[in-house]
Amino acid sequence: MIGLWEMVTDPFMQRALVAALLVGLSAPVVGTYLVQKRLALLGDGIGHVALTGVALGWLVGAAMGLVPDDVLAVPGAVVAAVAGSVLIEVVRRRGRTSGDLALAILFYGGIAGGVLLIGLAGGSSGSLMAYLFGSISSVTLADVWVTVALCGLILLIGLGLRAALFSVSHDEEFAVSSGLPVWVLNMAVAVLAALTVTVAMRVVGLLLVSALMIVPVAIGQLVTRSFRRTMLVASGVGVTVCVTGLSITYWHNVSPGALIVVLAIAVYAVVAVAHPLFARRRPSDPHPDIPDDVAVSPAGAGGAANPQEECTP
Amino acid sequence: MTTLATDSPSGAATPPDDAVPAIEARDVHVRLGASPVLRGVDLTVRRGEVVALLGANGSGKSTLVRTLVGVLPASAGSVRLFGHALGNDVPWGRVGYVPQRVSAVAGVPSTAAEVVASGLLHGRRLRLPRGWRTRVREALDLVGLADRARYATHQLSGGQQQRVLIARALVRRPELLVLDEPVAGVDRPSQEAFAATMTRLVAEGMTVLVVLHELGELAPLVQRCVVLRHGRVVHDGAPLRPQPGHGGEAHDHVHPHAHPRTLQRPADVRLADGPFERPDDTEDEVAP
Repeated sequence: MIGLWEMVTDPFMQRALVAALLVGLSAPVVGTYLVQKRLALLGDGIGHVALTGVALGWLVGAAMGLVPDDVLAVPGAVVAAVAGSVLIEVVRRRGRTSGDLALAILFYGGIAGGVLLIGLAGGSSGSLMAYLFGSISSVTLADVWVTVALCGLILLIGLGLRAALFSVSHDEEFAVSSGLPVWVLNMAVAVLAALTVTVAMRVVGLLLVSALMIVPVAIGQLVTRSFRRTMLVASGVGVTVCVTGLSITYWHNVSPGALIVVLAIAVYAVVAVAHPLFARRRPSDPHPDIPDDVAVSPAGAGGAANPQEECTP
Repeated sequence: MTTLATDSPSGAATPPDDAVPAIEARDVHVRLGASPVLRGVDLTVRRGEVVALLGANGSGKSTLVRTLVGVLPASAGSVRLFGHALGNDVPWGRVGYVPQRVSAVAGVPSTAAEVVASGLLHGRRLRLPRGWRTRVREALDLVGLADRARYATHQLSGGQQQRVLIARALVRRPELLVLDEPVAGVDRPSQEAFAATMTRLVAEGMTVLVVLHELGELAPLVQRCVVLRHGRVVHDGAPLRPQPGHGGEAHDHVHPHAHPRTLQRPADVRLADGPFERPDDTEDEVAP
């Protein structure tokens, strides 16, 4: 293709592609645990809090007279995101039912705090746009190294402790009864989510960062039966949509973050519609090895299972 | 056929350790929210014993076993497993817990093998040991589900899902098995498979504490019955005969969870004393 070579030799594009590839690879790994824990929206909550962190970093940078004044924005986001994720985990642990409410309060507090602080720092809420919607074209070499280090850490913990993190995410009560350090493992997932949010912030922006963690997992679970494969497929999809979306923006002037998320959702829609058509046909009797225990009239055959089954929804 | 060898053969290695009860609970009080659920429960399960925990819905059976394995904190009293107070000192690899089956399947599909493999992690063991695939296959074989290893759990029937949870507890080769209503709402073939598995494990020296609605298929195995009522132990001794009309083949309890009507029933009302005919789904199986 004309321009493809041009694209991969462009240093701006090279840095952006490396960042997109790493984020696409690692975000769904963390997302798989979040979906398993039924905390799909956790990433959004952390993303909103990270915005306050960005503004706070900006405020501190401006106060210290640093140039440029947003040099502390990313460290601020990391600190706020980790603090926010720890807070959510503590609240979730204290009162199980209010986790949902705590998340909602973080959503509002994060955005409101961000807008308020950036005003105090002498910026406009427009200054936050790059963080809200991503700014992958401005990735510096230092940013790439930070991304490499953080993604390496995410993959190391996320894959290295997969069995333990699976156990905790799948059935927390059983994990407790096994004497596993459930508190530490839950915290690990929360901190991994926070790190993922701050890494992916450059690529898709804070508002869409959760989509990159969750949508590939939604695609993965459509086509697989196992946790391991869901994670594998999700990471594959994540890398594909990130690199493809970014490459398209080299030729067409659209927002890379939005395009990546729209691509992912389009893949989800196509797979959701097409998968049943290609799925292997299974025998209609789900338990061919269990003998029929109740005689049913032919008219009712096939519809109702045995009466005991009806009692176990 | 796989046999289930325990990691430390009982009897040979440390005779003093064998004298320590598998479970030793003293004056356990548990509150859920504001309401006291357990009010001073004492329970000892010695090595090799098979103890059934019986009682009406809401009597605190599940709360007790969940407290014994450390899921719920006790507000007072002490729990010791193999002589160690609950916490990091407990040899968690020697304890296998089978919770009540939850019908809701978690967000991401997981295969029976993956769920069973998570049983290999305990205490500070956070990574799967070498040869875990073989052990997972053995555990699934033990509950008669070797051919279902690669099925997603949501593709399995309720009874099969319950057997997966049993395999998850067995895969670490425990010496103590704690089961919470393992046959509630389970079809007859799964109940029979479960009883066969338990018979074999008990013959090999497994210590068992099992929450039951009725002794059912397990009746020949149970050596001792503990009956809870309103959070207190009201019987601890020989297995009891069921109330007339509550034993036998015709009387079946197949509901997996509390019946809505029994949930609404005030705890202190004894239905048997009323002028009404005792509904068929009352849970009071055993005479005091």
